[in-house]
Amino acid sequence: MTDASDDVKISCRNLWKVFGEDPHGFLARHNGTPDSAAFAADDHIGAVREVSFDVRAGEILIIMGLSGSGKSTLIRCITRLIEPTAGQVLFEGQDLLTASESQLIELRRHKMGMVFQNFGLLPHRTVMSNVAFPLEVQGIGKRERWERAQEMIRLVGLEGRERNFPRELSGGQQQRVGIARSLAVAPDIWFLDEPFSALDPLIRREMQDEFLRLQQMLSKTIVFITHDFDEAVRLGDRIGIMKDGLLVQLDTPEAMVRNPANDYVAEFTKNAPRERIISAGSIMTAAPAGAAAGQGVAADTRLGDIAHRVLTSDEPVPVLGEDGAVAGVVTRQALVDALYGAQPS
Amino acid sequence: MSARSDSALPDGEAEGFTVPGPRSLVWCLLAVLIAGILAPWVAQQTDLSMMWPEAWHIPIQHWITDFFKWFGNDAGIGPLKVRDITRAISAMMEVPLEVVEGLLFRGLPDWGISPLPWVVVVVGTGLLGHWLGGIRLGLFCALSGLYIAVFGLWADAMRTLAIVLVSVPVAALSGLALGIWSTRSKRAAKGLGVVFDVMQATPHMAYLVPVVVLFGFGQVPAMLATVIFAMPPMARCVILGIATVPADIIEAGRMSGSTRRQLLWKVEIPAAHQTLMLGLNQVVMQTLAMAVIASLVGASGLGQKLLFSLQQLYIGKATEQGIAIVLIAVVLDRLTQAWAYRAPHYEPEDKPWWQRHRHLLVFAGVLVVSVVLARFLPALLTLPKELTISVGKEIDSAVRWFSKNAYDYIEPTRDWITIWLLLPLRNFYLALPWPVVFLALGYAGWRLAGVQTMLLILAMVATIALAGMWEPAMMTLYLVTAAAILCVLIGVPIGIWASRSERVARGVMAACDTMQTFPSFIYLIPVIMLLKVGDLSNIVAILAYAAVPAIRFTYLGLRRVPLVTNEAARATGCTPRQRLFKVELPIAMPEIMLGINQTIMMALAMTAITALIGSRDLGQEIYKALPGADTGRGLMAGLGIAFIGIIADRLIGAWAMKRKRELGMLD
Repeated sequence: MTDASDDVKISCRNLWKVFGEDPHGFLARHNGTPDSAAFAADDHIGAVREVSFDVRAGEILIIMGLSGSGKSTLIRCITRLIEPTAGQVLFEGQDLLTASESQLIELRRHKMGMVFQNFGLLPHRTVMSNVAFPLEVQGIGKRERWERAQEMIRLVGLEGRERNFPRELSGGQQQRVGIARSLAVAPDIWFLDEPFSALDPLIRREMQDEFLRLQQMLSKTIVFITHDFDEAVRLGDRIGIMKDGLLVQLDTPEAMVRNPANDYVAEFTKNAPRERIISAGSIMTAAPAGAAAGQGVAADTRLGDIAHRVLTSDEPVPVLGEDGAVAGVVTRQALVDALYGAQPS
Repeated sequence: MSARSDSALPDGEAEGFTVPGPRSLVWCLLAVLIAGILAPWVAQQTDLSMMWPEAWHIPIQHWITDFFKWFGNDAGIGPLKVRDITRAISAMMEVPLEVVEGLLFRGLPDWGISPLPWVVVVVGTGLLGHWLGGIRLGLFCALSGLYIAVFGLWADAMRTLAIVLVSVPVAALSGLALGIWSTRSKRAAKGLGVVFDVMQATPHMAYLVPVVVLFGFGQVPAMLATVIFAMPPMARCVILGIATVPADIIEAGRMSGSTRRQLLWKVEIPAAHQTLMLGLNQVVMQTLAMAVIASLVGASGLGQKLLFSLQQLYIGKATEQGIAIVLIAVVLDRLTQAWAYRAPHYEPEDKPWWQRHRHLLVFAGVLVVSVVLARFLPALLTLPKELTISVGKEIDSAVRWFSKNAYDYIEPTRDWITIWLLLPLRNFYLALPWPVVFLALGYAGWRLAGVQTMLLILAMVATIALAGMWEPAMMTLYLVTAAAILCVLIGVPIGIWASRSERVARGVMAACDTMQTFPSFIYLIPVIMLLKVGDLSNIVAILAYAAVPAIRFTYLGLRRVPLVTNEAARATGCTPRQRLFKVELPIAMPEIMLGINQTIMMALAMTAITALIGSRDLGQEIYKALPGADTGRGLMAGLGIAFIGIIADRLIGAWAMKRKRELGMLD
């Protein structure tokens, strides 16, 4: 897990995207901060409302929400595929919203990669040519770009498919092409817009593993959009939940499960696999004096991995701090409460 | 058309099934009917003429004619006259035409090049067909070429083909440019949209008049009219194609760091390839249709030969020439379609180059061998007359025999229909008081599409009246109404029949596709053969040309009725008949109405062609304007036809949209 002192790659400051007749006028009329009532009264829609957050280098930030919550609009505002109405998007300190068209093109050519829900492959080009496309528009010579594209194709495990056309591939394979293409320019920051939502559940799972494998090798800074809370929990370092254009809560999966900000978030976390999210350290209680450090578990061990032991042994299981000393214990009661919620008896 | 919607009207129990929109429109229609029927009687009784007063005519026609005369002869800036510019354009267009004609049949003696041996053209087309669409298309292409050669139509066919080959790239590229411009600028899109609407509703023939004034008679004006005529469909397809590229693909292109230009040429246009190719297909078909009709302004080729044959009632010859035109049309259509649908596919790298290019190699072989052999065997170069055949005389005598024996039956039938059905309809339209027409159309426009459409419609009707074209316009309306009613009576049942069986559907749709590729001119041949001239011949020719959309849209509309809805109807215990009338037809009605809309548009276009066999409508006005290059008359008549089409299109389109929205079938 990263921590706040790490350098910030992307920073959104009070980002607004308003759709309607006169978005700027609408914002101005409401002093830049219209509330839900203002939107309801006027013919404007707040797709992204006053969203602020930071993405730290090397972290996977997940933006989660149901369809229409504004998550896709948000990622398009950050990449300026659509123009935000107000606010700031700082990329390594530079404000993207004031960047010129040519600066933006430069950034996209070298710093950003993006993967799309429906792949967005060019149907008239082969796999090779699709992957090489971002290099081609930069004007890199054919030989070099084909070499690099080949490397990317190998990275995503599509060797032997170079000369196929997208429609000759399965959905999972097509998205591998999309991933290879987005990585071809070796971007610093990687945007993934519901990359696996169009795939079958089994393939989705396989692609998630593939994604984690790639991220382990590449350590990109990632903004990942999904509507699937399980996927968010599985892949994300931190999750931001959006509703009606607002960023409702931004937290680690564990914090979110333990302390949902409101009922809306709670609804998502209700069925989350808590045993794979909550760690021993977060539910430990003070150790009785003289507890032995022997057979203790690390603080970040997930409850699922120690549940059997906690439930079957008579003694609470000790949890070790960074220094190897006993920091606390996980009791049966604490475990059951954490996994199934404290129920009034 | 009302017949069909009435029959689809159930007992009115469920609001969802009442079809023809606002009930007041039905009353409006009734009022028109009564007005038209009573008008002559009222006029007789009260001496109150309901005709548009002569005094209200504005000589728009003369102004336009004078303007074009001045524009073509005297206009210009300083020493540079428009005339010089038009001549320069002519000269510019003539060069490529001469080269293509030289290659195809004339030879280029200046450069010492003899024309391509006909064998090469035939085999080349066959190879192209094989490459694009497989063995069947290849054979069809080659056999079509062979037919043209063997029936001695080679030079004429090549003349027509040359116009097509030169016009298509010009029209396609200009269409592409206009289309791209439209996607780039909102204002351009709006302006061009209106212009295209009018252009596409204006019949072919109307384009010929101004072109003749500016460019004279012959191949080049024909080509220019062709280019202008064929441009809008291409531009439309470009706009549509680019607009329908999935957002993901465009965003992927932008995120890859494409500049605007890269995005257009590397992403949008290639991704829209298929729609663009269908646009090209339309350009080719429109070009051929125009190249045939351009015989009226002296373009030589198959169209001219066919026109002569028809004028002299050489039915046999006309049939042979007509078949040649049809074959060319079908070949061009299938080739461009095959090209459009050819998907790129995986090519292993290890195939040797001669295998990957074997079509080209075979063609090169045939070319070299034939050119060499042609030096010794001139029959390869041009098929000598002794080797060509013609069955024209035989067809003529067969037709004569048929007429002698069948005409005793055909004639009374024709006369009966004309006297008892057509003449009353005609008199009805001619007697219709103009205020009633204004009121009814205005009201319908207002109720269906709002004030703006109402004003547009009223302005168009007023223009027709003011230009003194009321009577021919009513004649056009009469022909189109009669033909449209017949189209519906014939087309909708065929569409229903096709929707009941896959096998029938395949056959009917294939026939429809083929019929739509024929240039409209062709339909005159059988009609003249069977019915001689008269109003009924006009209507039957229009019917033959315009019935296809009625069939196709009925079929598609019925096919698009959701399966669940049908199953629900069956589960409720509907008999097949109830299912058809209470469920399927009401749901399919918007689609069917759009088909009828198309039918009306095609019927209008066809009235301009059937003018050749005599009528008193707007088409006849265009036809009469041609020889004297009376631009005003021709252009206004053409616009009149376009206006009728646009009015019908707006009203029916608005209704269908409204209905589709109500049915939740808008996609």
